Amino acid sequence: MAESRWETSSARTLVLDVPDWPGHLPGQHVDVRLTAPDGYSAQRSYSIASSWTDGGKVELTVQRVEDGEVSSYLDDTLEVGQPIELRGPVGGWFVWRNDPAPVLLLGGGSGVVPLMSMIRARGDVRGKQPFRLIYSVRTPQDVLYADELKRRVRDDPGLDVHFAYTRAVPDGWPEKPGRINVPTLNTHGWPPDFAPDVFICGPTPFVETAADILVALGHDPKKIRTERFGGTP
Amino acid sequence: MSAANELDGNAMAGDLAEIFAVDVTQAVATCAGCGHPSALATLTLWGPAMGSVARCPHCEDVILRLTRTPGQAWLDLRGAVTLRIPLPPDDPE
Repeated sequence: MAESRWETSSARTLVLDVPDWPGHLPGQHVDVRLTAPDGYSAQRSYSIASSWTDGGKVELTVQRVEDGEVSSYLDDTLEVGQPIELRGPVGGWFVWRNDPAPVLLLGGGSGVVPLMSMIRARGDVRGKQPFRLIYSVRTPQDVLYADELKRRVRDDPGLDVHFAYTRAVPDGWPEKPGRINVPTLNTHGWPPDFAPDVFICGPTPFVETAADILVALGHDPKKIRTERFGGTP
Repeated sequence: MSAANELDGNAMAGDLAEIFAVDVTQAVATCAGCGHPSALATLTLWGPAMGSVARCPHCEDVILRLTRTPGQAWLDLRGAVTLRIPLPPDDPE
């Protein structure tokens, strides 16, 4: 690990200097394996947060999960300079390949991490595809990449972000906190006629709810790609 | 729902990449139980302790089981009638 930074009080970005890294596509992940001195080992998949043209570093953002043996080690114990064992990049399904279609991104909690890699990759190539992120998150304090998202909405033409807070909203926010529902996606998503490629990442209930709503609103199920993970948003 | 099935087939990409030359999480398995076609990435995943068990999101039948032991991988695909694997078009020489 070359450096690290806290994104929130419970999520840290690990900046990894990986020898012979072949590069990666936005949405791909790595498997991290931790092995204890007694031989006990645990493996978890983490989405890559960075885009590849960042200049040779691989960034993972690890949300600490309650009782999570791997996430708490990566967030609280691993120090700059220490090695970790990685396998990757892997995965080819939940991947954005710079296709010309508009892109609708739905992230629940730390499900925003692979979507951020896509937003960064689009920024790197100055992509012109319309990109919209709907980010479901507990409170304003839990937002990952808050400053960078604000900056990119200003500087990356065609990118916009809608926050859907589930527990607490900022002062003066026009909506009450709540989980995403039909009005959220009907109002802030794109109409099916726009035929966006859709990427949904988050905990299983979030992913299933979001995908079901989009299909009910008329989106083509074949254009919806999903990735679900353990833990809570 | 228990914490065990909160993952999907995307998380098998690394283990399957040890075996296959191409990424098979994009491959479409036709369920032997209900006939529903699903990309492996979309299967509901149980495990990984002792092995991964991937089930059809449509009927919940087991489609794939993968167990890794030191020096060997056991892959049971009997829950899939076919596996349709995307490949680049043939290159005419």
